[in-house]
Amino acid sequence: MPPVNEQDPPQGELLLRLRGISKTFGAVTALSDIELDVHAGEVVALVGDNGAGKSTLVKILAGVHQPTTGTIEFGGRQVTVDNPRKALELGIATVFQDLALCENLDVVANLFLGHELSPLRLDEVQMEVRAWKLLQELAARIPSVREPVASLSGGQRQTVAIARSLLLDPKVIMLDEPTAALGVAQTAEVLNLIERVRARGHGVILISHNMEDVRAVADRIVVLRLGRNAGVFGGEASHEELVTAITGARENAVSRRRDRGIEATGGEQP
Amino acid sequence: MNRSSPETQQTRFDQADTRLRRDEGIAGALRGFVDRARSGDLGMLPVIFGLLLISVVFTSINPVFIAPNNLVNLLFDAAAVGLIALGVVCVLLLGEIDLSIGSMSGLASAIVGVLWVNSGMPLPIGIGAALATGVLMGCVYGFLLNRFGMPSFVSTLAGLLALLGFQLYILGPSGSINLPYASPLVRFGQILIMPDWFSYTVAIVPGILIVLSGLRTIRQRAAANLSPGSLSVVLAKAGVLTAALLLAAYYLNQGRGVPWMFGLFVLLVMIMHYAFTRTKWGRSMFAVGGNAEAARRSGINVKRIRLSAFILCSTFAAAGGVLAAARLASSSQQAGAGDVNLNAIAAAVIGGTSLFGGRGSAWSALLGVLVIQAISNGLTLLNLSSSLRYMITGGVLAIAVIVDSLARQSRASHGRA
Repeated sequence: MPPVNEQDPPQGELLLRLRGISKTFGAVTALSDIELDVHAGEVVALVGDNGAGKSTLVKILAGVHQPTTGTIEFGGRQVTVDNPRKALELGIATVFQDLALCENLDVVANLFLGHELSPLRLDEVQMEVRAWKLLQELAARIPSVREPVASLSGGQRQTVAIARSLLLDPKVIMLDEPTAALGVAQTAEVLNLIERVRARGHGVILISHNMEDVRAVADRIVVLRLGRNAGVFGGEASHEELVTAITGARENAVSRRRDRGIEATGGEQP
Repeated sequence: MNRSSPETQQTRFDQADTRLRRDEGIAGALRGFVDRARSGDLGMLPVIFGLLLISVVFTSINPVFIAPNNLVNLLFDAAAVGLIALGVVCVLLLGEIDLSIGSMSGLASAIVGVLWVNSGMPLPIGIGAALATGVLMGCVYGFLLNRFGMPSFVSTLAGLLALLGFQLYILGPSGSINLPYASPLVRFGQILIMPDWFSYTVAIVPGILIVLSGLRTIRQRAAANLSPGSLSVVLAKAGVLTAALLLAAYYLNQGRGVPWMFGLFVLLVMIMHYAFTRTKWGRSMFAVGGNAEAARRSGINVKRIRLSAFILCSTFAAAGGVLAAARLASSSQQAGAGDVNLNAIAAAVIGGTSLFGGRGSAWSALLGVLVIQAISNGLTLLNLSSSLRYMITGGVLAIAVIVDSLARQSRASHGRA
């Protein structure tokens, strides 16, 4: 699978299609009339301020919440995602922000947790081989899969969590703030990993606060503001454009700084 | 570092990372072991050290302690509490607790006495009813936790009192039932000993199993392009274990021999060890104890795992109560009272099962109960009153928990769970 050119529209088959998704909690409208498409081999970033509805949308797709109105089409069929198990069966895997790894178990045990091979006589050898193969495919740098997860760094843990979500070969994988708690090098590692997941042909939904990370890997950037679609940008969108869309104001600290910069240099902003 | 044989030319999956130290052969195994111990992963070390210390101290005070027949008695005594401790390991793995195990064992012995001796029913029905009561109580605790989120600490504390009350109720005003000495149950609990040849055979079996499974693992791992591990480590392990077991069997056979009752206990420990380490259920137990939310999201039915742990704990407690009744040849109001509760929990913790959940093994019940019984036995030989015995046993439990907590902190600072 060749890397998707950022300028081109996504080439892969349409995996996930949300139309008119709304969600109300009592009197509060968390989401209204959301549209979202995810294609195979595409990284769609979901950005927005706190309270924009990113998490609610993720939870709807993960089967934690049900939408009040609207339709979810998966692979061309209209589906309902009643519970997390249903989402997994459909092929929507979620890596939550807190990773949910068992620190007392080793990497192999965490990868296969709940899906162990041969339940009455665990096939440790086959599980270990499959773990190594998966990690090699992702070019993940984990020194030993027989160490407890507690001994791994934050980036390595994120890698394990992402690898675990890939084990069931999902079509779409959702990553909730995968780089929020990571340092510079570890963030780069995870971003590389996301590109490799895309190259494997999975559709990736990336939720992030970090504009740099988003612009580094996303093919399309979907902005939510106060529960509504506030624009879809290509991966080449500028920082200012995104901030403007997220905050909904032309006038903000970023635009002011830009304007100051223009005045100072006397140059013209492209 | 690669050896020159052709099949190791290709890099093994698990040795591809150059940052990883290769631990090969016996020296490598020892180095890994020392590393783990230094980072707080103590395993069985404190117990073995404790057992040695206890033996030396008590033997120097009273040489009878080390006499073969005293050790045989010690093993007879250990089986009942050990079985209860094995159940405690199940709930401790989840980070839960069962404080009613003492009462449960007492109730079980009372049920056997009432149904079998007083009502004249066949013995199997009495034992079956006792075990069924254990299953039922486990279901109740599991239900209270799963349905109402009632902490096991509280529900089992309530159970402690309720079960004790029920035990006193069914025993009636007399308060004590003597079990017939000639019956198979009491003979099992007091007299029956393995024949010498059988004890030696049993002593050899674990070593053979280790070698066979070790060979199989080496073959499979080599075929799957993983580092196969070394045959010398497997052979050394099997050799040391077999020698130790043969020596123990020989020494015990100088006295009366190896009790069947203890054999039954060890067999159950081995079965639970397999269940904990080699089945999906066991893996789920550790996962729920380590991070219940992560386990739930992985599709593990956390409620069912909890229920299974409480059922096992109460059932083992009931079985321990039956063995205790056999050992004492009586069902009385005192059965399961006093220090049984604490001894069983202490045995599991001393053996290395963490109170905080997610760490432990079935062997901890065996090793821990040996420590507890050795202390109790030694103090009895010294003719110390039970007041002093309680204080000393309490102190040992405190030390064990301190070791557990310190090891936990050390593991955290060394980046191990």
